[in-house]
Amino acid sequence: MTKRGIVGELLGRRSTLSHRQAESVVNAVFEAIAAALAEGARVEIRSFGAFGVKQRRPRQGRNPRTGELVEVRAKRVPFFRAGEELRGEVNGRAGRSVAKS
Amino acid sequence: MIRRRQRRKPSLNKAALVELINHRTGLAKRDAQDLVETVFSIIKEGLSEGERVKISGFGAFVVNHKQARRGRNPHTGAPMQIGPHRVLSFRPSQTLKELVNSGRN
Repeated sequence: MTKRGIVGELLGRRSTLSHRQAESVVNAVFEAIAAALAEGARVEIRSFGAFGVKQRRPRQGRNPRTGELVEVRAKRVPFFRAGEELRGEVNGRAGRSVAKS
Repeated sequence: MIRRRQRRKPSLNKAALVELINHRTGLAKRDAQDLVETVFSIIKEGLSEGERVKISGFGAFVVNHKQARRGRNPHTGAPMQIGPHRVLSFRPSQTLKELVNSGRN
Protein backbone atom coordinates (compact mmCIF):
# COMPACT_ATOMS: atom_id res chain seq x y z
CA MET A 1 0.00 0.00 0.00
CA THR A 2 1.29 3.44 -0.88
CA LYS A 3 0.16 6.97 -0.20
CA ARG A 4 -2.01 6.77 -3.29
CA GLY A 5 -3.65 3.63 -1.98
CA ILE A 6 -4.47 5.35 1.28
CA VAL A 7 -6.00 8.29 -0.57
CA GLY A 8 -8.09 5.91 -2.67
CA GLU A 9 -9.27 4.01 0.36
CA LEU A 10 -10.14 7.24 2.16
CA LEU A 11 -12.21 8.37 -0.83
CA GLY A 12 -14.02 5.06 -0.87
CA ARG A 13 -14.98 5.43 2.78
CA ARG A 14 -15.90 9.11 2.74
CA SER A 15 -17.92 9.79 -0.37
CA THR A 16 -18.37 13.51 0.27
CA LEU A 17 -14.63 14.10 0.03
CA SER A 18 -13.01 15.42 -3.13
CA HIS A 19 -9.87 13.81 -4.42
CA ARG A 20 -7.92 16.94 -3.65
CA GLN A 21 -9.17 17.05 -0.08
CA ALA A 22 -8.32 13.42 0.50
CA GLU A 23 -4.86 13.95 -0.92
CA SER A 24 -4.21 17.02 1.17
CA VAL A 25 -5.37 15.29 4.37
CA VAL A 26 -2.97 12.40 3.82
CA ASN A 27 -0.13 14.72 2.86
CA ALA A 28 -0.78 17.02 5.79
CA VAL A 29 -0.64 14.13 8.25
CA PHE A 30 2.80 13.00 7.18
CA GLU A 31 4.20 16.45 6.54
CA ALA A 32 3.15 17.52 10.01
CA ILE A 33 4.78 14.48 11.60
CA ALA A 34 7.95 15.06 9.59
CA ALA A 35 8.05 18.74 10.52
CA ALA A 36 7.65 17.93 14.21
CA LEU A 37 10.45 15.37 14.01
CA ALA A 38 12.69 17.90 12.29
CA GLU A 39 12.31 20.05 15.39
CA GLY A 40 13.16 17.12 17.60
CA ALA A 41 9.61 16.79 18.91
CA ARG A 42 7.86 13.54 19.70
CA VAL A 43 4.62 12.66 17.94
CA GLU A 44 2.09 10.45 19.67
CA ILE A 45 -0.84 9.03 17.80
CA ARG A 46 -3.21 7.29 20.19
CA SER A 47 -3.94 3.67 19.31
CA PHE A 48 -1.26 3.77 16.61
CA GLY A 49 2.16 4.55 17.98
CA ALA A 50 4.76 7.20 18.61
CA PHE A 51 7.38 8.82 16.42
CA GLY A 52 10.47 10.39 17.83
CA VAL A 53 14.08 11.24 17.18
CA LYS A 54 17.07 9.53 18.70
CA GLN A 55 20.46 11.08 19.07
CA ARG A 56 23.42 9.02 17.87
CA ARG A 57 26.91 9.80 19.12
CA PRO A 58 29.81 10.20 16.74
CA ARG A 59 31.68 6.95 16.26
CA GLN A 60 34.45 5.33 14.30
CA GLY A 61 33.14 3.20 11.53
CA ARG A 62 34.59 1.33 8.62
CA ASN A 63 33.96 1.65 4.97
CA PRO A 64 32.53 -1.81 4.35
CA ARG A 65 34.05 -1.96 0.89
CA THR A 66 37.61 -0.85 1.58
CA GLY A 67 37.84 -1.58 5.30
CA GLU A 68 39.12 1.93 5.78
CA LEU A 69 38.44 3.66 9.12
CA VAL A 70 36.01 6.54 8.81
CA GLU A 71 34.63 9.06 11.25
CA VAL A 72 30.85 8.81 11.51
CA ARG A 73 29.44 12.09 12.74
CA ALA A 74 26.84 12.48 15.45
CA LYS A 75 23.41 12.43 13.91
CA ARG A 76 19.76 12.13 14.66
CA VAL A 77 17.64 9.23 13.51
CA PRO A 78 13.86 9.13 13.31
CA PHE A 79 12.18 6.15 14.94
CA PHE A 80 8.70 4.77 15.34
CA ARG A 81 7.40 2.60 18.12
CA ALA A 82 4.11 0.85 17.50
CA GLY A 83 1.49 1.20 20.21
CA GLU A 84 0.27 -1.85 22.03
CA GLU A 85 -2.96 -1.97 20.06
CA LEU A 86 -1.19 -1.82 16.70
CA ARG A 87 1.41 -4.34 17.78
CA GLY A 88 -1.33 -6.74 18.80
CA GLU A 89 -3.23 -6.29 15.58
CA VAL A 90 -0.20 -6.79 13.35
CA ASN A 91 0.48 -9.97 15.24
CA GLY A 92 -3.07 -11.18 14.75
CA ARG A 93 -3.69 -10.70 18.47
CA ALA A 94 -1.91 -14.00 19.01
CA GLY A 95 1.36 -13.49 20.81
CA ARG A 96 0.29 -10.48 22.72
CA SER A 97 1.97 -11.40 25.95
CA VAL A 98 5.14 -12.31 24.08
CA ALA A 99 5.22 -8.97 22.31
CA LYS A 100 4.73 -7.22 25.58
CA SER A 101 7.64 -8.67 27.49
CA MET B 1 20.20 12.36 30.25
CA ILE B 2 19.78 15.88 31.49
CA ARG B 3 20.64 17.25 28.09
CA ARG B 4 18.05 14.99 26.61
CA ARG B 5 15.32 16.28 28.85
CA GLN B 6 16.17 19.88 28.06
CA ARG B 7 16.02 19.19 24.38
CA ARG B 8 12.60 17.59 24.57
CA LYS B 9 10.02 19.66 22.77
CA PRO B 10 6.29 19.53 23.40
CA SER B 11 4.87 16.56 21.56
CA LEU B 12 2.54 16.67 18.63
CA ASN B 13 -0.60 14.63 19.00
CA LYS B 14 -3.74 13.84 17.08
CA ALA B 15 -5.48 16.99 18.30
CA ALA B 16 -2.70 19.19 16.95
CA LEU B 17 -2.80 17.28 13.70
CA VAL B 18 -6.54 17.87 13.42
CA GLU B 19 -6.03 21.59 14.04
CA LEU B 20 -3.46 21.74 11.28
CA ILE B 21 -5.64 19.96 8.76
CA ASN B 22 -8.51 22.22 9.62
CA HIS B 23 -6.27 25.20 8.82
CA ARG B 24 -4.86 23.74 5.67
CA THR B 25 -7.94 22.34 4.04
CA GLY B 26 -10.75 24.34 5.59
CA LEU B 27 -12.47 21.10 6.60
CA ALA B 28 -14.45 21.30 9.83
CA LYS B 29 -12.53 20.07 12.85
CA ARG B 30 -14.98 17.27 13.39
CA ASP B 31 -14.43 16.07 9.83
CA ALA B 32 -10.68 16.57 10.05
CA GLN B 33 -10.63 14.46 13.21
CA ASP B 34 -12.62 11.70 11.55
CA LEU B 35 -10.30 11.76 8.51
CA VAL B 36 -7.11 11.62 10.54
CA GLU B 37 -8.44 8.65 12.47
CA THR B 38 -9.52 6.99 9.24
CA VAL B 39 -6.09 7.46 7.69
CA PHE B 40 -4.49 5.68 10.62
CA SER B 41 -7.13 2.94 10.57
CA ILE B 42 -6.48 2.32 6.89
CA ILE B 43 -2.77 1.95 7.57
CA LYS B 44 -3.44 -0.27 10.54
CA GLU B 45 -5.73 -2.53 8.55
CA GLY B 46 -3.18 -2.87 5.75
CA LEU B 47 -0.47 -3.79 8.25
CA SER B 48 -2.75 -6.28 10.00
CA GLU B 49 -3.03 -8.10 6.70
CA GLY B 50 0.74 -8.24 6.55
CA GLU B 51 0.91 -5.58 3.89
CA ARG B 52 3.78 -3.13 3.62
CA VAL B 53 2.73 0.51 3.76
CA LYS B 54 5.02 2.93 2.00
CA ILE B 55 4.67 6.68 2.25
CA SER B 56 6.97 8.34 -0.25
CA GLY B 57 9.15 11.02 1.28
CA PHE B 58 8.39 9.71 4.76
CA GLY B 59 9.13 6.05 5.17
CA ALA B 60 7.74 2.54 5.09
CA PHE B 61 5.96 0.45 7.70
CA VAL B 62 7.06 -3.12 7.24
CA VAL B 63 5.76 -6.29 8.85
CA ASN B 64 8.52 -8.75 9.68
CA HIS B 65 7.86 -12.41 10.34
CA LYS B 66 9.82 -13.79 13.25
CA GLN B 67 10.42 -17.48 13.58
CA ALA B 68 9.87 -19.36 16.78
CA ARG B 69 12.93 -19.38 18.99
CA ARG B 70 14.02 -20.43 22.39
CA GLY B 71 14.37 -17.45 24.65
CA ARG B 72 14.77 -16.71 28.29
CA ASN B 73 12.60 -14.93 30.74
CA PRO B 74 14.87 -11.96 31.37
CA HIS B 75 13.55 -11.73 34.88
CA THR B 76 14.01 -15.25 36.13
CA GLY B 77 16.43 -16.58 33.53
CA ALA B 78 14.13 -19.54 32.94
CA PRO B 79 14.24 -20.83 29.36
CA MET B 80 11.01 -20.48 27.46
CA GLN B 81 9.67 -20.99 23.98
CA ILE B 82 8.82 -17.88 21.97
CA GLY B 83 6.35 -18.71 19.25
CA PRO B 84 6.41 -17.37 15.69
CA HIS B 85 5.08 -13.85 15.56
CA ARG B 86 4.94 -10.74 13.45
CA VAL B 87 6.53 -7.45 14.38
CA LEU B 88 6.18 -4.05 12.85
CA SER B 89 9.14 -1.95 11.93
CA PHE B 90 9.40 1.50 10.46
CA ARG B 91 12.06 2.35 7.93
CA PRO B 92 12.47 6.09 7.58
CA SER B 93 13.06 7.33 4.04
CA GLN B 94 16.28 9.05 3.09
CA THR B 95 14.33 12.31 2.85
CA LEU B 96 13.08 12.02 6.43
CA LYS B 97 16.53 11.11 7.72
CA GLU B 98 17.98 14.18 6.06
CA LEU B 99 15.18 16.39 7.28
CA VAL B 100 15.74 15.32 10.87
CA ASN B 101 19.40 16.25 10.55
CA SER B 102 18.87 19.51 8.72
CA GLY B 103 20.15 22.60 10.42
CA ARG B 104 22.63 20.61 12.50
CA ASN B 105 26.40 20.28 12.10
